[in-house]
Amino acid sequence: MKNVQNQKRANKSLPFFFRDEFRVSLVIILISVALLITTFTFDIVPPILNRGIQPATFPKALLVLIIVMTMLIYYLATKNPWKVEKKLPRSFFLTLSSFVIFVVVSKTLDFFLAISALSIFVSYCWGEKRLFYLLLVGIIFPIIVFIFFETILGLRFPPGIITNIYYN
Amino acid sequence: MDNLLLMLAPLFSSKLLLVLFFGTLFGLILGVLPGLGPTTGGALILPFTMTLDPLSAIVLLTSIYCAGTYGGAITAVLINTPGTPAAAATCLDGYPLAQKGEAGRALGMATVSSTVGGIFSVVILVFFAPILAQLAYEFGQPEYFALAIFGLTMLASIGEGSPIKNLIAGAFGILISTVGKDFMTSIDRFTFGINELTEGIGFIPVVVGLFAMSEMLTQSTLINQIFNRIALKAIKLPSKDDYKKTWKTILRSSGIGSFIGVLPAEGGTVASLIGYSEAKRFSKNPEEFGKGSIEGIAGAEAANNAATGGAMVPTLALGIPGSATTAVILTGLIIHGVRPGPDLFREQPDFLYGIFGAMLIANILFFIFGFFGAKIFARITLVPNKILWPMIFAVSVCGTYSLNQSIIDVWIMLFFGVLGFFMRRYGFSVVPVIIGLILGELVEGTLRQSLVIFDGNWLMFFTRPIALTFFILSLIALAFPLIRSRKFKKNNDKV
Repeated sequence: MKNVQNQKRANKSLPFFFRDEFRVSLVIILISVALLITTFTFDIVPPILNRGIQPATFPKALLVLIIVMTMLIYYLATKNPWKVEKKLPRSFFLTLSSFVIFVVVSKTLDFFLAISALSIFVSYCWGEKRLFYLLLVGIIFPIIVFIFFETILGLRFPPGIITNIYYN
Repeated sequence: MDNLLLMLAPLFSSKLLLVLFFGTLFGLILGVLPGLGPTTGGALILPFTMTLDPLSAIVLLTSIYCAGTYGGAITAVLINTPGTPAAAATCLDGYPLAQKGEAGRALGMATVSSTVGGIFSVVILVFFAPILAQLAYEFGQPEYFALAIFGLTMLASIGEGSPIKNLIAGAFGILISTVGKDFMTSIDRFTFGINELTEGIGFIPVVVGLFAMSEMLTQSTLINQIFNRIALKAIKLPSKDDYKKTWKTILRSSGIGSFIGVLPAEGGTVASLIGYSEAKRFSKNPEEFGKGSIEGIAGAEAANNAATGGAMVPTLALGIPGSATTAVILTGLIIHGVRPGPDLFREQPDFLYGIFGAMLIANILFFIFGFFGAKIFARITLVPNKILWPMIFAVSVCGTYSLNQSIIDVWIMLFFGVLGFFMRRYGFSVVPVIIGLILGELVEGTLRQSLVIFDGNWLMFFTRPIALTFFILSLIALAFPLIRSRKFKKNNDKV
């Protein structure tokens, strides 16, 4: 409890634009405004065919509601600041970047290779240095999962350098 | 009598028994592993259920739900980390009792009270779900709209997070449900020219992303965490003295848990906290709470398992999820083409009573597995995260891909994983997003159809007594967290 209070006090001492509540609220409002603008590009149903409200009305109302509630949480946070979150460790950023690597590899090279690469990379970054376990999580287990999905669920994985060899 | 026979049907089907056996075992393993639990586990197994018939699929998910909720207690008692959020209150007395060398006694009480709570809630489910479904026959579009709004406003009071943040997350969930072709006019909304988005965003990528992938990112920040595991010799059944001390607490908490479970969007976490605090309030020895009170364990565990059956009541009778895991079960029902609601009770009683029976058997099975296998399950916590989570990633990716064979779904899952991580980091619960996504179509559909019926006159909603009742309940649900925080502040000031 005391720790949380200290973290809150630490947050209050920061300039407002460095505080989490400001940054989070700003991001939500900016995204909501961008989406709200998008709703004005939705097609309009001609009055003769329209029954009830226009397709854009409901999302518009939701976005306005989100913006208003976000302003409210920011206002409340000025009175009762959020606690300062601990800095994210290196392992988090490595895991996050592995997601990006996964997307790139799965799109350009191979789906299986992407899973395999991510598994080995994450396991290694999280502290696993033993070769057998890296092979287990990066090759043996994905092969088992692939075969399971292929045979039991009848799934066909997207083409790629390794899956093409398997299917041929 | 017929219904009782229908309930016993799973016992006479070798396939269903096998599914129950596997589901209970899997649920226990998921419950024991911190960060997984029945919600994430249910989300992970959803794609696999497509190979099963609807009854087997839902039996699998419900058995995971029952056993997973209990499994969290094993970790709570032995390593002071709740395997599931619903077991958080169990840590308060379970771990101190284990530290005194009575881990077996603590787990024995957790097992017995969980089983009693679970069975009690199934009885509630069997009696109340059909009554609620019968009432739902009176509902038209405006009533369903008001009910869905009530379900959403209940999000304000879930967990310990900020009510407004929960409501924002719920509104965001509804917003996701509007992506794709508008169901009334076929006009594209938020598709940004991406063909794959015209069909909307699927449940599974969002569920797996928000629960499993965001948890993987959370675990990446905890890789240096060390658990001190207390050794367990064997589980001990509670003594006569323990039974004498706790039977009233177990029954009271079972009632509380079932009631909290029935409320839309609430669940085991809230139930266990209230069950625990009520056990303390009624106890002759409240000073023992937090130091290893056997009543504390009984109060929390009976309540969180009782919430399982309770939460299935609105899920099956109205299609409104009673908790995070039942939101996953509801997703399972929807992807299997089963529409929950009153018609389900009239048209498929064998399906429903099969689920009730399976839940009853799952509660008995996890008692047996827990009693004889807790020592083995406790060892599962030793599987290092650096091995476990890459494996979960492989299963999540293949599972998400398998549903539509779409790589876009996998990317959506990863996007929601990152989003879920930051949501949790800044105090936004991810559960309301799922509930909003599930209820989104119902909210918008019933609203627009009601407005057609009312010729665009909004005020007509308030002329319907049932709808008006739900609107009043919604206002109460919104005001409740405010009253609760004021009361809490007042109590703190007194202290």
